Amino acid sequence: MAKILPRKDVVIVGLGWSGAILAHELTDAGLDVLAIERGPWRDTARDFNIGYAQDELRYAIRRDLFLQPATETMTVRNSDAERALPMRDYASFLPGNGVGGAGVHWNGQTWRFWNSDFRTRSNIVERYGAAKLGELTVRDWGVTGADMESAYDRFEALAGISGTAGNVGGTIRPGGNPFEDPRARDYPNPPMKMTKAPILFAETAMAMGLHPFPCPSANLSQPYVNPLGIAMGQCTFCGFCERFGCANYSKASAQTTILPVLMKKPNFEVRTDSEVLHVDLDPSKTFARGVTYVDTSGETWFQPADLVLLCAYGLHNVRLMMLSGIGTIYDPATDVGTVGRNYCYQTNAGVTVYFDDATLNPFIAAGALGQTVDDYNGDAFDHSALDFVGGAGINCVPTNGRPIAFHPTPPGTPRWGADWKKAVAKNYSNALSFGSQGSSYAIRGNHLDLDPTYTDRFGRPLMRMTFDFADNDIRMSAWVSDRMEAIAGRMGGRQVVSDRRKKGWDSTVYQSTHNTGGAIMGTDPKASAVNPFLQSWDVPNVFVVGASAFPQNPGKNPTGTVGALAFRAADAIRRQYLANPGKPLVTP
Amino acid sequence: MNPATFLLALAAAALAPTAAFAGDVDQADRIGRGAYQAVLGDCAGCHTAPGGAPFAGGAPIATPFGTLIPPNITPDRDTGIGDWSLDDFRSAMTRGVGHDGIRLYPAMPYPNYAKMPEPDIDDLWAFLGTIAPVKNDVDANQLPFPFSIRTLMIGWNLLEFTPKPFAPDAAQSAEWNRGAYLVQGPAHCGACHTPKTIFGGDDAGKALTGASLQGWWAPDITAAPTTGVGSWSKEELVAYLATGVNGHTIASGPMAEAIAASTSKMTPEDLGAIATYLKTLGPSDAARPTPLAASDPAMKHGAAIYVDNCSACHGGRGEGSKDLFPALASSPIVAQADATTLARMVVIGSQGVHTAAKPTTPAMPSLGWRLDDAAVADVLTFVRNSWGNAAARVTPGTVAKLRN
Amino acid sequence: MSTPTSPTRRRVLSTAAWLAASSIPGVAFARSISGALPWDANSAAPPPKLQLNGWFFFTSAEVETVTAIVDRLIPADALSPSGAECGVVVYIDRQMIGPFGRSSRLYTQGPFFLGTPRQGWQSPDTPAQRWRAGVAALERWVAANRTGRRFAALAAEEKDAVLKDVEAGKIDLGAGVDAKAFFALVLQNTMEGFFADPAYGGNKDMASWRMLGFPGARYDYRDHVDKHGQRYPLPPVSITGRPEWAGKVD
Repeated sequence: MAKILPRKDVVIVGLGWSGAILAHELTDAGLDVLAIERGPWRDTARDFNIGYAQDELRYAIRRDLFLQPATETMTVRNSDAERALPMRDYASFLPGNGVGGAGVHWNGQTWRFWNSDFRTRSNIVERYGAAKLGELTVRDWGVTGADMESAYDRFEALAGISGTAGNVGGTIRPGGNPFEDPRARDYPNPPMKMTKAPILFAETAMAMGLHPFPCPSANLSQPYVNPLGIAMGQCTFCGFCERFGCANYSKASAQTTILPVLMKKPNFEVRTDSEVLHVDLDPSKTFARGVTYVDTSGETWFQPADLVLLCAYGLHNVRLMMLSGIGTIYDPATDVGTVGRNYCYQTNAGVTVYFDDATLNPFIAAGALGQTVDDYNGDAFDHSALDFVGGAGINCVPTNGRPIAFHPTPPGTPRWGADWKKAVAKNYSNALSFGSQGSSYAIRGNHLDLDPTYTDRFGRPLMRMTFDFADNDIRMSAWVSDRMEAIAGRMGGRQVVSDRRKKGWDSTVYQSTHNTGGAIMGTDPKASAVNPFLQSWDVPNVFVVGASAFPQNPGKNPTGTVGALAFRAADAIRRQYLANPGKPLVTP
Repeated sequence: MNPATFLLALAAAALAPTAAFAGDVDQADRIGRGAYQAVLGDCAGCHTAPGGAPFAGGAPIATPFGTLIPPNITPDRDTGIGDWSLDDFRSAMTRGVGHDGIRLYPAMPYPNYAKMPEPDIDDLWAFLGTIAPVKNDVDANQLPFPFSIRTLMIGWNLLEFTPKPFAPDAAQSAEWNRGAYLVQGPAHCGACHTPKTIFGGDDAGKALTGASLQGWWAPDITAAPTTGVGSWSKEELVAYLATGVNGHTIASGPMAEAIAASTSKMTPEDLGAIATYLKTLGPSDAARPTPLAASDPAMKHGAAIYVDNCSACHGGRGEGSKDLFPALASSPIVAQADATTLARMVVIGSQGVHTAAKPTTPAMPSLGWRLDDAAVADVLTFVRNSWGNAAARVTPGTVAKLRN
Repeated sequence: MSTPTSPTRRRVLSTAAWLAASSIPGVAFARSISGALPWDANSAAPPPKLQLNGWFFFTSAEVETVTAIVDRLIPADALSPSGAECGVVVYIDRQMIGPFGRSSRLYTQGPFFLGTPRQGWQSPDTPAQRWRAGVAALERWVAANRTGRRFAALAAEEKDAVLKDVEAGKIDLGAGVDAKAFFALVLQNTMEGFFADPAYGGNKDMASWRMLGFPGARYDYRDHVDKHGQRYPLPPVSITGRPEWAGKVD
């Protein structure tokens, strides 16, 4: 029997980017806010000590900062015809854990999605006709690029994003991304200094008539003070971003942009090492009474709250909804249900160019230091004559030269022995990789639900993931790989090796922690879980914030949009919801 | 209670007098003025324990003679000062003799408070009376014999202390005199920054030139150009006191606490006065030493340690980073006679100040697990003799003392 | 290192309130933080100091076999000392007694079914159990097929041939040991030991990092980021430091 605690105005599940943004905004509005975080407290000097923060074995290989499968994993299969089995270790994607969430160990590539991404379905139908959709179940988000502009702007200012604007108020700027939507103003910081590999990539792409530009980066190009008054440092190119906490306050995270202010507020509290088991609903299942959580001693607590915000990792938001009975679980056989549909991922491929004597110094790097070509992304190009929709950003962002995972050798090299050593020594500083980060479009067969067999440490069902790459996405990726190989072939190396995306999603190889959907936003309560303000259709005093809301995933990293959606939800709560608490903000 | 809440409590006390005084405008003014006197004197700094109720008794203070615990000064009758009279309070503030004639130890800076005019003390008393009584029995006396005998303070007072009101210097400006009053009086800067005699009293000849303080070194705050605040402009000094951060450094340790609880809440005029006064003290610089040669083994080791451990934050040339990482180049903090604070930063780490104006609260990580005493000494020797700094080499013994 | 306990003159009015339900009866939560950004003196959790002597997991017979394997995977040559000379066997031994060797961070609940390769490892066996069983199976196979010798006694070319067959799954190691999967584990742990920070027992003197030109646990390349195509001038540094810090190398 759970013990009952004094009520709070707001309970936030998960203190990562979304949770911290919402906590800051809602405490500013005078609300008493409690965040409940499954993992530990973490902060820069205390936990990302500059003497050992750059430990590849501990953080990148053993993944000290991540969610461990013993705490929670999920079962996976490529189709409903297979028996789902648990990922006994995470590999293909790596959910975060602890205060700061995945924002602690992200790379920092910070994108805005385009209006054509938010109107994916309408845009395809209007431009190419409904037949172009084929089996795809892509949907519109219920927002436009213009709706999102100011929220993106606030997130970029908060995080100090470094980049070159490509379109300010409709004016195309040289050196930026000419395909982006108009933005109100420049990035808060100029782009980062470039290393040799992205320069070589950009020069080659430009000579081919493409439009390379610096990847917008949350690794800061210069010291910066954000709108909360919090100072950040200049990125020092250590090459330990992805999978690592930043030791010198130069990568944007909740720690470096929000927590110093948030933690001082008398109306904010965080309880760490406490896992929310479910949201408690009243018998009508249309009102949340609070949440039940368990602490490290095994004691169970009921925390009453007027407003519950699910701000965990997207996949965990979806599972919490399922475990709580918020909405109905999607059944692909009948195409009925709201929670678990439109699970999408990222359709990536790569290419490596081997040089003889390039001295690329791969260890001088940052998670978002590089150049991008968006000519083949989203709907930036005409798909009329093509057998697919969607696209990919081509990114030359060499994030690290960490030797356990990065010691490339060309095909045909033995995996060990004297010849292997020679090849490793020769190629370490002479291999240049870039990749396509492709869209992942929804199909009916890709979905999330609860596993009938496997349970977590508390006996609750694990989530079951059924996923394979849509045929559309495989065709898209192949077409983009052709173009990457063309770029690679003109870079002057001795050998080009292409790593193409194949059908059959493999959970054992790291690809991307950009899992999206499952609690998607939209304007139809039958086909979406939350409205365009991230408010649950079924339980209006629950908001579900994160990439779980993406109806499909464009060819871009999700964090910029996750942050912007958090600001959008915060605005809706402050300006509309609080005047009529418990009421839906949108009437279908 | 956290500082923000505490501030709210102060503001509430100042602006919304308790029912007993409702309607009494003069009394409300007195309480408001008294609340500001509590800020000037940083009463809460000592008399509040971490996480404890404000003024209900503080964290232990280690003195060379033993440990003292600042007592409960809320108006609780049993464990606080609820049964004191105004005369008792005046006596404690100006003569170090409390209720029932109990003698206070000079960790309570009554030699400084003695310079306060009586009306200010009375205002402070009025303010303290508005604090909610908190029952918290503090065992204030934990000194070993013979220091545990409070009557010894009679002798100490004879030797070391003559109560004197503040005497203005007619040759100086009103602003300078206000600054001198604050520094010597309620703000009791010398309590930390002035070296002590063997009896624990201020060494008047070395006023504010820096002193040892429980594992820290309270730096020279005279106008000495290389070790004091002489190289800081008045505006930079005011910014430091108001926010804990200026273009050169970021407050940490005991000064961070003093800034958060006291100086950041002072008026800009008072901070300007303090700065004006401090910048006229000294200079007391001894002959400036010559930096050690780069070929010195400690300098060579230190340079290697610096580039591997320090440069990612403090910069390859000790330049630091705005509002985040203190500059080490041409730094009076780095050049202090005593390197205890520097060694402490490296070995133990430290969290910087948080103020509303400068909320970043950056922290120096602990590197004591990575660097042994010789390595810490060498890297500090290197920093103290690079980029415009010149100071005595640091010995492993200085570092070792911090580890024990 | 001890924690200094002497109090400072003042303390922040409110430091974080760290309350553990297990130690404070009646407190309603595991750990509550409010009012300030938590910070602790001496906070650091570096890799534990390595005990260099002795074996914690492998028997002396296993050490002989593993040494022989690792020295073929990473043979000594002009580029670096051998795997075992670099401490890779020490590394693996220490890993086996930690969370990795015991699978303590993995999802280990049953039931266990054989899935597709894309569903990943589906067995209750831990890496420690797999090393133990695999080494024993390898020695049984060598004894049975190479005139009763032990693996370490084979000539270098013979060792390489056996290892290539294990790698390709051409040898049936029997007794529930999947040769290919065992080799993959051996190779994975060997490479980890060779390339990881020396703090974990392998990569002695940062030999692999010197071979690659990887500067190690550094954090600031601002002075070199613009120097395209030029080799980085400074030597590697480990979490445990480098000889130049103590003047052992000029």
